[in-house]
Amino acid sequence: MVRQELKKLVIYGFFLAIIITPMVGFKNNDFDAARVLQTLAVLIGLLVLNLIVKLVRSKRPQRAPGHKAWGERVRERIEQIPKVFTLGGLILITAMFPVFADNYMIDVAITCLIYITLGLGLNIVVGLCGLLDLGYIAFYAVGAYTYSLLNLKLGLSFWAALPIGVVLGMTCGCIIGYPTLKMRGDYLAIVTLGFGEIIRLVLNNWDSLTAGPNGLFGMQRAALYYPTFQDGGLSWAVYNIKSLPSLYYLIYIIVILTIIGVRRLDNSRIGRAWVAIREDETAAELSGVPTTWIKLLAYALGAGFASVAGAFFAAKLSYTNPNFFLFMESCIVLCIVVLGGVGSIPGIIVAGIVLIAAPEIFRGLESYRMLAFGGIMTTMMVLKPEGLIPAKRHKREFIETKSNE
Amino acid sequence: MLLEFGIMNQLVLQNVSKKFGGLLAVNQLDLEVPENKILSLIGPNGAGKTTVFNMITGVYPPSNGSITFKGKKLNKLRSSKIVARGIARTFQNIRLFKSMTVLENVLVGMHCRSKSGAIRALLKTPFEVKEEKNITRKSLEILEFMGLADFCNDYASNLPYGGQRRLEIARALAAQPQIILLDEPAAGMNPRETADLMDLIIKLRDTGLTIFLVEHDMRLVMGISEIVIVLDYGQKIAQGTPQEIQQNETVIEAYLGTGAKTAS
Repeated sequence: MVRQELKKLVIYGFFLAIIITPMVGFKNNDFDAARVLQTLAVLIGLLVLNLIVKLVRSKRPQRAPGHKAWGERVRERIEQIPKVFTLGGLILITAMFPVFADNYMIDVAITCLIYITLGLGLNIVVGLCGLLDLGYIAFYAVGAYTYSLLNLKLGLSFWAALPIGVVLGMTCGCIIGYPTLKMRGDYLAIVTLGFGEIIRLVLNNWDSLTAGPNGLFGMQRAALYYPTFQDGGLSWAVYNIKSLPSLYYLIYIIVILTIIGVRRLDNSRIGRAWVAIREDETAAELSGVPTTWIKLLAYALGAGFASVAGAFFAAKLSYTNPNFFLFMESCIVLCIVVLGGVGSIPGIIVAGIVLIAAPEIFRGLESYRMLAFGGIMTTMMVLKPEGLIPAKRHKREFIETKSNE
Repeated sequence: MLLEFGIMNQLVLQNVSKKFGGLLAVNQLDLEVPENKILSLIGPNGAGKTTVFNMITGVYPPSNGSITFKGKKLNKLRSSKIVARGIARTFQNIRLFKSMTVLENVLVGMHCRSKSGAIRALLKTPFEVKEEKNITRKSLEILEFMGLADFCNDYASNLPYGGQRRLEIARALAAQPQIILLDEPAAGMNPRETADLMDLIIKLRDTGLTIFLVEHDMRLVMGISEIVIVLDYGQKIAQGTPQEIQQNETVIEAYLGTGAKTAS
């Protein structure tokens, strides 16, 4: 075992030396042996470290068959605590967040929450139904622009424009969904990618309606109406959701509603049909699931959630611009879903926080920021290929339901 | 379409052909499946048995001819509609939804017998809650019948092989069909499991189901079938009771080649 590993180490080192020497050694046409040796030493040091870790691991006693992984045990422990404390505590802490955080932190938190909404929406399409969608951000754009245009041209308020935006987003979802119904895998990804770009290009070039790359600005904020009894009679006062804490609470409510919605869908007849399609489309169809409709429904609902996030985004900034909806954004949302654990709601929440907050934490690194971001992503995928918190299917407690009847 | 015994033919294939490019997989097949019988379709490899199943269940439409179920044409319906009409099937190579629990697999089979859509699920209306309870109860009954109730919260992929085969049948039963098509249900089973399966099939028939089998295991076919149909190169070469088929010379020839009889 040790011998084998040492042999490997020598071979790896040899190859490294061959590759590294010309790459690192030449600087301004002068060969610098010290540089090569330094780099090689660091890399070989890493390999040796790896070897030591491997050896230590192999010395460890074999796990008993009933032994559970560390994560599994933590999960069970947490599940033992009554939900009122765990879930309630979590809700309380997140709800209190704006009280002790500064504006910058709240702003980042709002962005996190927007991406969590998007991730949860995309989770329906990618996670549950298994349709790889690379143009998801298009629906976010539809939501944002629908609200902007309705507000600027017709003067509709946020709450009136929201359902219209959702319906429009869902329609767009069906439009993209329909031609791709018979496609699978890579082909589907390419078509959705194209659709995402089409939407962005339309927004970018339809100057008369969308003001092109300049974007739209001056939208009203979302507002709350409440009755007052000043000036004698009853009248409605307006509270504009403009300050960061109030925006935080608005998106916070949206996220909670989205979580409840996605969770309910997941454990419903429709959710089961989605998972069945993901697992085996032919078998699902032959078990009586009308796959065409169910897939369209996944697109439509996923797009609906994205539209809500988009409308919020437009109302928050009071500005939209086609460059907010680049392909990169679709990628980040997809990363959130995959990294969190495909189909897993808590996973997506954690991944959303990690992936959006991490680049902010690394802001000090300046241009190496995205490198750190990539590093985190790669490490997470290597360590936990099935996602941070892998999805688990809902299990039922029959004893409980029986006693209820 | 009454037979001489006064039994309706549930499923009728008339002059059905299927071409894949230049290959004639099924050639002008006429076939009747009478109600509440166990009917087996046998034949050498590549005779077109699974193709017949695929055409009946709408995986692909027949090139020619008509398939009627209880007097209504099925030709152009999509598979999920055909299941809703009352024809369910299992697969030759197990095709369960592996990352779902055993119970959920059966619940998916109930899809065409339940109604709640996305809006009802989002709002969790009383209708949806009641329906969920209802289909869960029915699914548990089916699992109990198939001897899988103890595994209902396990992932389908964790079931032993025989259990997975039974879960496939359970999922098909969940659609509450009138005919169930079993595509090589005994494939890979040991003699004991096969014997259990035979009992199960008879039990299913006794509940009023029609069973249509494709099978290679002759002990199972000859042991429980009431009608056996033999297919060779996409054509029906014989039909009759198991005894008749065992003595049929064309069948022996198809299976063992010409001269088999003289050799024995």
